[in-house]
Amino acid sequence: MTQKVATRDAYGDALVNLGKKRDDVVVLDADLSGSTKTAKFAKVFPERFFNIGIAEQDMMGTAAGLAIAGKLPFVSTFAVFATGRAWEQIRQSICYPNMNVKVVASHAGVTVGEDGGSHQSVEDIAVMRVIPNMTVIVPADGVETQQAIDAVAEYKGPCYVRVGRNKTPVLFNADYQFKIGKAHVFHEGKDAAIIATGIMVAEALVARDMLKAEGIDAGVINMSTIKPLDTGAVLSAAKRCGAIVTAEEHSIIGGLGGAVAETLAESTPVPLVRIGVKDTFGTSGDSDGLLKHYGLSAGDIAAAVKEVIKKKR
Amino acid sequence: MAATKEQIKTLEDKARRMRIDILKTLAGCGSGHTGGSLSATDIVAALYFYKMKYDPNKPQWKDRDSFILSKGHAAPLLYTALAHAGFFEHTELCTLRKLGSRLQGHPDSKYLPGIEISTGSLGQGLSVANGIALAHKLDKSPSRVYALLGDGELQEGQIWEAAMTAAHYKLDNLCALVDNNGLQIDGPVAKVMGVEPITDKWRAFGWEVFDISGHNMAEITAALDRAETVKGKPTMIVCRTVKGKGSSVFEGKVEFHGTTPSKEELEIALKELAEAKC
Repeated sequence: MTQKVATRDAYGDALVNLGKKRDDVVVLDADLSGSTKTAKFAKVFPERFFNIGIAEQDMMGTAAGLAIAGKLPFVSTFAVFATGRAWEQIRQSICYPNMNVKVVASHAGVTVGEDGGSHQSVEDIAVMRVIPNMTVIVPADGVETQQAIDAVAEYKGPCYVRVGRNKTPVLFNADYQFKIGKAHVFHEGKDAAIIATGIMVAEALVARDMLKAEGIDAGVINMSTIKPLDTGAVLSAAKRCGAIVTAEEHSIIGGLGGAVAETLAESTPVPLVRIGVKDTFGTSGDSDGLLKHYGLSAGDIAAAVKEVIKKKR
Repeated sequence: MAATKEQIKTLEDKARRMRIDILKTLAGCGSGHTGGSLSATDIVAALYFYKMKYDPNKPQWKDRDSFILSKGHAAPLLYTALAHAGFFEHTELCTLRKLGSRLQGHPDSKYLPGIEISTGSLGQGLSVANGIALAHKLDKSPSRVYALLGDGELQEGQIWEAAMTAAHYKLDNLCALVDNNGLQIDGPVAKVMGVEPITDKWRAFGWEVFDISGHNMAEITAALDRAETVKGKPTMIVCRTVKGKGSSVFEGKVEFHGTTPSKEELEIALKELAEAKC
């Protein structure tokens, strides 16, 4: 039985570790600290935790001010509120002046589940990716989340890190080394490559096993940094396999699929199929049911691989 | 502790000379915000040349006081203050809004030392000021934070979020000021979207509030002094001002919110400001 950890839990633990190592770390939340897991930090370092109340716009500006005064602020709320409600504050007060603020948003994607479409962010990667100076990271599991938090703390500049609500399989050993802007190749593959991000990496690995039984060798690449995109990894997968499937728990517009499509179209056009939410909002339901409903399951990825192979000349 | 008569006189003359530089800069540039730069000149002169501690040779000096121009369109005023304070040469003022200039249309902290944060999109500066003030509290630093808001800017919801945060965290190291000139781009603030009673609103949000003339240097300096004595809550100084203050050409004229003087208008204004020298 694979161990399962929610990336938001890993985030909360990573914050506590970071807080022990660095006095300058401060954490802000907008009344969702129990859900985003920043409450773990608040419990250990109450004087360095600021609950701003249900006021995401103010929270982003406050974080920028803390950064001006030499603090390292981590700002958390649900992805839909962080990147939607406070988008312009992130643009004007954080990215435009290139402030050292880390926005770590939880409850991303449709697997938020029962709360429904109002709370399911399927646009956040796209709207964060488009802002200059912003780095965008979507960790695939708990191990990578912990390392990504350490990495963004070392990196100087605005970062957006997307974590999820549900427990998902742990894919990496403790000796894994995350690097911003570097994809991790699980399997190189031969017939097609699946480039996945976030919780979809685990689905992609299951899809690979399903395809293997049918004699198809599908590569699996974990693209945990969406921006800057590891274009080298994308292009070498395109050259090696001649066909790409992207998989993300996000709209097929503007996210990983968009970024990969832009990269391929400009230099190595190969057939591409994008797995993601197809320009629609989320809805209430259980998370497994929702993954199937929106065509985001391992079976859907496997079917997309077969489809993209047929498009190869 | 109060400003001496001599200090007041010096500050008044400083503001007068700043207005001359603002107008020359704006006229030379041909675009920019005249009215809201002139209405707040006395306030900013008092901050930079009476109250705040800073080192133009070390803009990032840890113990500095901070100034956030939340109404970022008054950039010509901020640039003029920074030039007078010695952050850069006066000659650079004429590069305002030109390609490659550090003096962007709205303040940009990426380029110009002395600017704490880029502003321009209204409603965001008070939150930033709160963040700096919170950090000073954590560090037990005596440094203070000042934020200048426009009265039209009070229409932004984020201002009131920040108003709650400052009171909640008892940020008595924060002093905000409203440049209450009563005019915004589309017309009188009262007609576009009323914000009065301003003082009652801030009091209700838990702030210490002073209501002063924003053109009376004795009142401005006294209010800034008093703000330092307030404990356990932030201070708001509502400064009643005249848009375009300093010359009959601009005073109270909404059309000068976002436009600059012609050559003839500049001549009249400079003459009036020269005659105002006491």
